[in-house]
Amino acid sequence: MALAKRIIPCLDVENGRVVKGVQFVDIRDAGDPVEVAKRYDEQGADEITFLDITATHEGRDTMVHTVERMASQVFIPLTVGGGIRTCDDIRTMLNAGADKVSINSAAVFNPEFVKEAADKFGSQCIVVAIDAKKVSKPDEENRWEIFTHGGRKPTGIDAVEWAKKMVELGAGEILLTSMDQDGVKNGYDLDVTCAISETVNVPVIASGGVGNLDHLVEGCIQGKADAVLAASIFHFNEYSIPQAKEYMREKGIEVRL
Amino acid sequence: MSSVAVIDYGMGNLHSVAKALEFVEPGVEVRVTADPALVASADRVILPGVGAIRDCVAEMLRLGVDKEVTDAINSGKPFLGICVGMQALMQHSEENDGVECLSHFDGDVKYFGDDLREQGERLKVPHMGWNEVSHSIDHPLWKDIPDGSRFYFVHSYYVSAEQRNFVAGTCRYGNDFDVALARDNAFAVQFHPEKSAKAGLQLLKNFLNWDGKI
Repeated sequence: MALAKRIIPCLDVENGRVVKGVQFVDIRDAGDPVEVAKRYDEQGADEITFLDITATHEGRDTMVHTVERMASQVFIPLTVGGGIRTCDDIRTMLNAGADKVSINSAAVFNPEFVKEAADKFGSQCIVVAIDAKKVSKPDEENRWEIFTHGGRKPTGIDAVEWAKKMVELGAGEILLTSMDQDGVKNGYDLDVTCAISETVNVPVIASGGVGNLDHLVEGCIQGKADAVLAASIFHFNEYSIPQAKEYMREKGIEVRL
Repeated sequence: MSSVAVIDYGMGNLHSVAKALEFVEPGVEVRVTADPALVASADRVILPGVGAIRDCVAEMLRLGVDKEVTDAINSGKPFLGICVGMQALMQHSEENDGVECLSHFDGDVKYFGDDLREQGERLKVPHMGWNEVSHSIDHPLWKDIPDGSRFYFVHSYYVSAEQRNFVAGTCRYGNDFDVALARDNAFAVQFHPEKSAKAGLQLLKNFLNWDGKI
């Protein structure tokens, strides 16, 4: 009897529609984030993350409505990330029905924003997203740096130190994306995931690079992540959530079945 | 049509509690309010809560919610406390250097600690995610919910009740703690039924169909 490791499908949403598409054979509208979230809920997803990649102001309003619709139909925790820059942004999303917001670049530009947000809304709803990339040479000791702008801009900030600082400022959870792996499907960067998970006392969600079910298992065991986030392996029906959970359970990981 | 008041004292997001109630019982009238008259005239009362307990209790006292809670519990109508809404029913909380609470149940709210362990392995605090709830008693609110079902939790402080006969459910995270209390028409849970998928929705449905008697 123990706390279950969480499986979190992540949807990239632009102007209220899921981008890159999601393939379910029997779903009415695979482009509607709410329909997709409902399906994942039925399959037993433990949480849902919406990542808003909309650039325009109008698109952001659409996202608020999407969150409102989701919150009246799907009753598992929802995290909303992308473009969260002010306490007003946070309040808008929480009022719409999000349970947590994920802060990324805004934390790098102004770390005090994390403290302000945690003081105002409580640490339980403040997730700090960290994009980390390995910068050490093969013959050097492992070192990871924080990157912004979708992994293009190095900041010179050490990823492990940064995670520690974010938690001190009030982050209630860390969403760690290991950039060198993202999209490559070679699995999470287990070393940085483990280093951060062992350093901070709040849950760490592993993200980036999942290509098969062993990657989810490794993220929990070697990476010591408290939750595993994945997108494409679920969206394209490579694996279903019950399949993933059954596999993790066989490998000795506590899951909610 | 039956009505349920979700007491709104400005702490946290009550949207999902209200939506979940409407979802499980489409005809129900949900009142998200702190208005004493609207709470008093509702058939059922829910005390939710998230965030720091000092702020929660301070707002309750400022808005007279403490009296609304006492009246609801004494009236015999079904009453449900959720998360900090459960913790606030205890006598005292260790959070925020110590906070006196509403004392509807004997016992305290304690911190999990910075070095929580299970068989040598370090556990994160907050206790965040899906954990198994063991039923301590049979209760109308556990109807159609299998013993050991998982519910969604987010908290760093836990309830330790003195009167063990009022404990309706427990959970384990480093140590065993109380996650559901029941006395007459009052029920309280540490987890978030409105975020606990099927099991949570069933509990809310049971609450809306409960006459307040055990």
